[in-house]
Amino acid sequence: MRRLTLIAIPYVWLLALFLVPFLIVFKIALSDSALAIPPYVPTLDLSEGWAGFTAFLSELDFENFVWLTEDDLYWKAYLSSLKIAVISTVLTLIVGYPIAYGMARAPQEWRATLLMLVILPFWTSFLIRVYSWMGILSQEGYLNQLLMSLGLISEPLIILNTNTAVYIGIVYTYLPFMILPIYSALEKLDESLLEAAEDLGCSRFTAFWLVTVPLSKQGIIAGSFLVFIPTLGEFVIPSLLGGSKTLMIGKVLWEEFFSNRDWPVASAVAVILLLILVIPIILFQRNEQKQREAEG
Amino acid sequence: MRRFSWFNATSLTLGFAFLYLPMIILVIYSFNASKLVTVWAGFSTKWYGELLRNDAFLDAAWVTLKVAVMSSSFATVLGTMAAIVLVRAGRFYGRTLFSGMIYAPLVMPEVITGLSLLLLFIGIGLDRGVLTIVLAHTTFSMCYVSVVVSSRLVSFDQSLEEAALDLGCTPFQAFRLVTLPIIAPAVISGWLLAFTLSLDDLVIASFTAGPSATTLPMKIWSSVRLGVSPEINALSTLMIAIVAVGVITASLVSKRAAVKQQKDERAAERAEAA
Repeated sequence: MRRLTLIAIPYVWLLALFLVPFLIVFKIALSDSALAIPPYVPTLDLSEGWAGFTAFLSELDFENFVWLTEDDLYWKAYLSSLKIAVISTVLTLIVGYPIAYGMARAPQEWRATLLMLVILPFWTSFLIRVYSWMGILSQEGYLNQLLMSLGLISEPLIILNTNTAVYIGIVYTYLPFMILPIYSALEKLDESLLEAAEDLGCSRFTAFWLVTVPLSKQGIIAGSFLVFIPTLGEFVIPSLLGGSKTLMIGKVLWEEFFSNRDWPVASAVAVILLLILVIPIILFQRNEQKQREAEG
Repeated sequence: MRRFSWFNATSLTLGFAFLYLPMIILVIYSFNASKLVTVWAGFSTKWYGELLRNDAFLDAAWVTLKVAVMSSSFATVLGTMAAIVLVRAGRFYGRTLFSGMIYAPLVMPEVITGLSLLLLFIGIGLDRGVLTIVLAHTTFSMCYVSVVVSSRLVSFDQSLEEAALDLGCTPFQAFRLVTLPIIAPAVISGWLLAFTLSLDDLVIASFTAGPSATTLPMKIWSSVRLGVSPEINALSTLMIAIVAVGVITASLVSKRAAVKQQKDERAAERAEAA
């Protein structure tokens, strides 16, 4: 009995506030937009019993999804989100790997401090971290001031409100997610393997490429997914740092909901985003499981 | 004695400069006297004064704090229960669905979580305000709490709890007197994580807050959309300072606790050997 209560409380909570809301999103994605409160039809009327339910079902359709395929704004937004997510994942890997490597090769007594320095930004407000780049990247911002005073450029660079700024923002905010799994993979690496490779005639670079990189593969994969998955639906970074040309699906969903007040279309956008995300999430779970099996 | 190699020292320096410079610049320029945020015009703390006189910000900060304390406390209770279920309850009907619902919110885009909860609240006719934000935050933070707590529970020696039961404890007493003290560090860090997640959240709060409640991130958001402002710089500095002090204190405390635990364990080993 006690066990049942223990299971039931979190279970019912999650069913009511996680699963049911999703079913509602699916249902509204199949509804039509209307000038009403709430702004969609049909609404389920249980007072008419079964007849009301079937009438309700018969009014649901896939019109919104057809609409999404017809209007190329949505296609472009999905594709451009994918492109931005892929490019920024690669950039984060390029920036993050040397840092993780340096941490794993640092003197033992330094490692805890370095680790804390990587985690610390994660506790700081995400919004503020993104915001901090607005002052740096703007036309009269600190970066342009610095470059102009050094005489490297004569005209201020336009970085804020472009995709470049979005990439910088994503790499900056998601960097700890990339560093931590790679660091934990590299830290476990047995250094005698590298010595063996060098004894066998590998150059340091070849040894790195043939031994270190493959052995940190799990960390690279985990880090990449941890960056890629949240980036795909990112809203804050493209809205603050990106320009009007930066198309990302999180931003489209937000605008569809708050500006256009088209709830059914916003829901359909959410459903498709979810379907796109299912693939990387499953791959990520598999990678985690493989890692656990390898360790256990 | 191992040293930093030239390459590692460079990559670490550049890496940490990248991670910290933007925030350091933000902190420095929060003391700028000029209204023009990118032009330095001498040291001043006047923006902090302006901030403290700005009632809208203070109200929003108060709402945010209330939401964060309530949601992280609920999330800690629910998340700890969920962790115990995941690790201890064994097989039960719908277990796969349960663990799926624990892990899914961790990777769910915030826009989707926010949208779906809003549609639920409107569907059941719940007035949006502090309550709905608390419900929303509790739901996604409890998943983080349960991940943190369950990783501690997995490594915990169950025979201790069994011994307590054999010695006549009720299951609840065994939990309160044996299990809880051992998993306490994980429960506390779970609470802290939930608290910061709630303080930080913009997207889910924007969807689930009605016109009657505005959280600090929502207030910051509507202000920074218009550009950089010295008041926001001052506010950011305060938030960064609070987090830095909090994290450093927490890590010192946990370090001391770890040292103490090691000592105790060693003493126990010696006692056993004797």
